[in-house]
Amino acid sequence: MAESKTVTVNFGPVHPAAHGVLRLILDLDGEVVERADPHIGLLHRGTEKLIETKTYLQAIPYFDRLDYVAPMNQEHAFALAIEKLMKVDVPKRGQYIRVLFSEIGRLLSHLLNVTTTAMDVGAMTPITWGFDEREKLLDFYEEVSGSRFHANYFRAGGVHQDLPDGLLEKINDFCISFPKVVDDMETLLTENRIFKQRNVDIGKISKEEAVDNGFSGFVLRASGVPWDLRRSQPYDSYEDFDFKVPIGKNGDCYDRYLCQMDEMRESVKIMTQCINNMPSGEVINRDTKIAPPKRAEMKESMEAIIHHFKFFTEGFHVPEGEIYTAVEAPKGEFGVYLISDNTSRPYRCKIRAPGFAHLQAFNLLSKGHLLADVPAILGSLAIVFGEVDR
Amino acid sequence: MSSPIDLVVQTISEKINPIDVKVINNQIEVIIESRQIISSFQFLKDSSKCQFRQLTDIAGVDYPDRENRFEVVYHLLSFKNNLRARVKVYIDESSAIDSLTSVFPCANWFEREAFDMYGIQFNDHPDLRRILTDYGFEGYPLRKDFPLSGNVEVRYNEIEKKIVYEPVKLQQDYRHFDIQSPWEGTTYKEEEQDGNGGK
Repeated sequence: MAESKTVTVNFGPVHPAAHGVLRLILDLDGEVVERADPHIGLLHRGTEKLIETKTYLQAIPYFDRLDYVAPMNQEHAFALAIEKLMKVDVPKRGQYIRVLFSEIGRLLSHLLNVTTTAMDVGAMTPITWGFDEREKLLDFYEEVSGSRFHANYFRAGGVHQDLPDGLLEKINDFCISFPKVVDDMETLLTENRIFKQRNVDIGKISKEEAVDNGFSGFVLRASGVPWDLRRSQPYDSYEDFDFKVPIGKNGDCYDRYLCQMDEMRESVKIMTQCINNMPSGEVINRDTKIAPPKRAEMKESMEAIIHHFKFFTEGFHVPEGEIYTAVEAPKGEFGVYLISDNTSRPYRCKIRAPGFAHLQAFNLLSKGHLLADVPAILGSLAIVFGEVDR
Repeated sequence: MSSPIDLVVQTISEKINPIDVKVINNQIEVIIESRQIISSFQFLKDSSKCQFRQLTDIAGVDYPDRENRFEVVYHLLSFKNNLRARVKVYIDESSAIDSLTSVFPCANWFEREAFDMYGIQFNDHPDLRRILTDYGFEGYPLRKDFPLSGNVEVRYNEIEKKIVYEPVKLQQDYRHFDIQSPWEGTTYKEEEQDGNGGK
């Protein structure tokens, strides 16, 4: 009887290097991965079904819980989808605040991902430095929205509230000090022999394969495709800002790491420009009944009270139609396909998560690599199960 | 001179013989017949004028009242033209649709998701298993007739020392507030089942 050489190993679902709840069925020949079959869905909460039963306003918090390391970027896609269907404008200040906090979200995501991946391949220090910075960023989240993670801050038509006094100065101080931390992390990782041995030429994917496999964001750019939605299909005044789009060459884990590091520097540039050019005025569109009336108005006007009541019970109606909007979330193209039937609840809200497409190619990326490379590849893709499983 | 989007729309309407093509919000919407799906997508991907190289997403949509109950919506992206297209196919509950995995490898999981959530069948799919729901799950959760609370709930049975699946039993009835007419009150679960209350 011929002896089978492959051994099947179950990796996860509870494993620190799985970055959440991923179950991988690995067929191993010795230490070499022959086939990887990801089993996902362990964090499936039925977000799309729940959104169908909630008003548009009540649906926003669900988006925080998708990619929970960069909550506001998800809200952004949903807010843009509603705005496009309703054809409402966002005041310039609202747009700039959204850009500012989207970039903070990008920093949050990249900081977490780069440092935890570094830890997976043996570098302990970056995570302590990176999480220190994340803490400062989460404080900014808290100041505007009242909560550190599940912000529920972006709204259709703008943002919920104006920035508190003094916040811009604090963010500005952060923007001055932060590039130094990125430099410090780079001295630990970029030319580090162990880090390079674990990442260079691991999980390589070519341009064509990356496009065919539905890749987006920095994973696609690391393979050398110059594509960034902030540049090619600008939303919310991204066209006002001057930033570079880092492109990789080899499409391996190391290039994906480098792209994330460079993107952090570019994000800081965008944030600085946001702060320096922050327009004044309203933060949310108050003309089209998609924002609640102001408190002061409600003391005097009956209409305002009725509006307030109807706004929070029935919600606003979105005209019939369908739209696909996508934003450049930290992990790639995060899209919302929204179908409205002229009621105050979405008929269908399909969420396109970048991680879903990236994880799909996991078999392709890990085939022929060692078992020890599996966590490195997984980390380089920035998988977060909140968005993969929805 | 016509804009790129017009050129693409013109090419599509000439070459793949769709049921309908229109432009909404700067996005192209194409409706095609389910039997010509492979050839149409191959054309959209390869033709030099269209170049929709990436399949971004596949979404199922359920319209229980229609004769062809399901809509399968494919989102395509062209890097070259910086354009998005939405291709729709209508099918009914019993028929299957050809899998796109031969044209776009990433259709694999997207189609598995559509199968898992709506029960849409795909011909020639290499590995049509459920993807997001539990092992051994029954029903198709995103269909409009699937209850929001689901049918079964899971708990650890201390006596049997194992995980058990039981029919959902809510401590409080699910309250559906008919917010369009707040004066008529709410319908409770029993009434809905009896067929008395509700809209």
